[in-house]
Amino acid sequence: MKQSCPLQRRPFGLVLFLVLALCIAALSAHAHKPSDSYLTLEIGSTNLTGRWDIALRDLEDAIGLDANDDGDITWGELRAKHSALAAYAQSRLAITVNDQPASFRLDRHEVDNHSDGSYAVLRFTCAIPATTTKLNVRYNALFDRDPQHRGLLRLNVAGTTRTAIFSPDKPRQEFALLESGGGNSLAAFVKDGVWHIWIGFDHILFLMALLLPGVLQWNKGRWVPVATVREALVNVLKIVTAFTLAHSITLSLAALKVVSLPSRLVEASIAASVIFAALNNVWPVLHRRVWMIAFAFGLIHGFGFANVLGDLDLHGRVLALGLFGFNLGVELGQMAIVLVFIPIAFALRRSWGYRSLTVKFGSLLVSAIAGVWMFERLLNFKVLPF
Amino acid sequence: MAASASGTSFVPQDDALVLERLRRGPVDQATREIRQLRRQRELNPQDDRMAALLARRLISKSRETSDPRYLGQAESVLAPWWDTTNAPVGILVLRATIRQSTHHFAPALADLDSALAIDPNNAQAWLTRATILQVVGDYTGARRACEPLQRLTSELISVTALSSVQSLTGEAEGAYQSLTNLLQRSPQASADQRIWAVTLLAEIAVRLGRTSEADDFFKQAFALGERDPYLLGAYADFLLDKNQPRTVIELLKDETRADSLLLRLALAEKAANDPKAGEHIAILKARFEASAQRGDKVHQREEARFHLHLLGEKSRALALALENFAVQREPADLRILLESALAVGDTAAKAKVTQFIHTHRLQDVQLDRLLRNGGEI
Repeated sequence: MKQSCPLQRRPFGLVLFLVLALCIAALSAHAHKPSDSYLTLEIGSTNLTGRWDIALRDLEDAIGLDANDDGDITWGELRAKHSALAAYAQSRLAITVNDQPASFRLDRHEVDNHSDGSYAVLRFTCAIPATTTKLNVRYNALFDRDPQHRGLLRLNVAGTTRTAIFSPDKPRQEFALLESGGGNSLAAFVKDGVWHIWIGFDHILFLMALLLPGVLQWNKGRWVPVATVREALVNVLKIVTAFTLAHSITLSLAALKVVSLPSRLVEASIAASVIFAALNNVWPVLHRRVWMIAFAFGLIHGFGFANVLGDLDLHGRVLALGLFGFNLGVELGQMAIVLVFIPIAFALRRSWGYRSLTVKFGSLLVSAIAGVWMFERLLNFKVLPF
Repeated sequence: MAASASGTSFVPQDDALVLERLRRGPVDQATREIRQLRRQRELNPQDDRMAALLARRLISKSRETSDPRYLGQAESVLAPWWDTTNAPVGILVLRATIRQSTHHFAPALADLDSALAIDPNNAQAWLTRATILQVVGDYTGARRACEPLQRLTSELISVTALSSVQSLTGEAEGAYQSLTNLLQRSPQASADQRIWAVTLLAEIAVRLGRTSEADDFFKQAFALGERDPYLLGAYADFLLDKNQPRTVIELLKDETRADSLLLRLALAEKAANDPKAGEHIAILKARFEASAQRGDKVHQREEARFHLHLLGEKSRALALALENFAVQREPADLRILLESALAVGDTAAKAKVTQFIHTHRLQDVQLDRLLRNGGEI
């Protein structure tokens, strides 16, 4: 019944195909899924292990498996083609770690039954450096035989799983990785936290603005020094604890994506908080419960820190680690500043220079700077170099 | 039997163990032709006639085996012409056929328009165009695409094509009658033409509620050809509606490769309280997840049916049915949308269906019954 003739000349001879053409409209609804292969890469501490499942039907088309052409692919026939299969795999998959090509060694050939047929399973290992920051995978198996083929990738690293799909339009995937090894990561996050509070002038100025009068108390319209170290310490402790608690809460909420605020608004509000804290030293509105200011504005500062973690795009266990480490770093950095500042402030608390110049004039200066910051952040331009 | 790579792999111990059955029996004519054409094409990859022939064979193979892999291979064969607007007519029509199979209906229609601009007498292009327009619910366009067929193809082909549209636009009785008569008058028609006409008559009979005649036509269609997956699916749906799940199980018990047939089998097993239902539902779940993993959305009609009737997940089913309806609008698409809309109680979705039926004067006893009973089957 089948006729091979040019399409245009004999319409009746094309009946077979015409009829098929009509049934094809429903074809897509019948058939099961097109060709896929499954690639799982696992990044461990010393090496990368891989598992690649390729359908036997696809391999039959790509490299030929049914040697005796009896319509069945046996284990013996597949075994006979293992080196050809290995060569094919090596030529169609390229892994690059930290911009260095990583050659992989095939360890085992296995088989697995998927829901749509049997697959050859290739297990391989790749030597990788101790710290991996970047992974690049190039995949182009079967695309030349079947452009609807897709390579489905699962990447397991540091307790997280990422997925990607290789297609003729997207044969390359790149992944940014963090340093492997839990210990290093935690230290890195803690360092990050300390760094971010030390370079966070707005956070520091806010804290300082609150702490400046920590060694003083407001009495009948004037700042007077506190009598005992204990009083000063209690003041400072209340403020620092409130600030820490508040920004830990919102840092966590934001990093876990429970709450999300627009970053411009957050940054501008942080500047506003500094203005308020500073001006409060000159015209004290809240002088007995400064810790309340610390808490309330601390909530906003937490969102500011979260932006940093957000840029790292962490997930799962690494996110929890990052959150904990970063927060710890922020506290440590904060504590360092406080421990340096308080003894000095306490020693100087009686001097006029401290009470008038540093506290009052200093606060006014700080609020002016913060004022400029607020405008910069609201209107999105930079005036000050810091 | 996991669809993802988390399943347990093993090393077989026996060289004679059959891992995959590509086909039953020795090499058939079709496979031989494909191999020969592939060899010839390797010598001459730019020969468009050869490529078109090979692509057509591969498309046929895809339909016979229910394996869309061959459609991908057909696409690969047409690679030199895949992205150009300047391809030969035959290639354009094949490109349209492949594109519409992945539900890229608009690009497929564009290809057909290009083909018809070059060759307005291309029957195949008109026929494929009519089919696609019918699938998306543009019955006016489909009707217009059928007109040139009268002078370009045999009477049986053009009348079958037109009857298909007529049966969905209020002229089901007339179309049914005239096609039946014509079929009786055309004993010389080829088997494939007859299968197509008989299958359509079976479907129209189902829509008109003429169950015994529908049954006769289905049996005739089976007698004329091989076990075509489309036909099997349509017959299975018919039997399920007649409450004959055991017959469906008997019919489809070996058809677990094609998702659509496995779906009908699982539906029948559930209706008959067959213990295999659970296993087949699990396999289907894995298959739909695998499809989702690769980003495919061509099985939403089946997926919606799966979620509604096998998992009882009404809202998900409705969401899928609505997404599906945005792309295709055959009576089966209307049906699953209506069923899930009634199950959820979504009046807006239901209104979509009633409006469509009303606008086109669509005759379908199953849809009418659902609307009358409000979802009770």
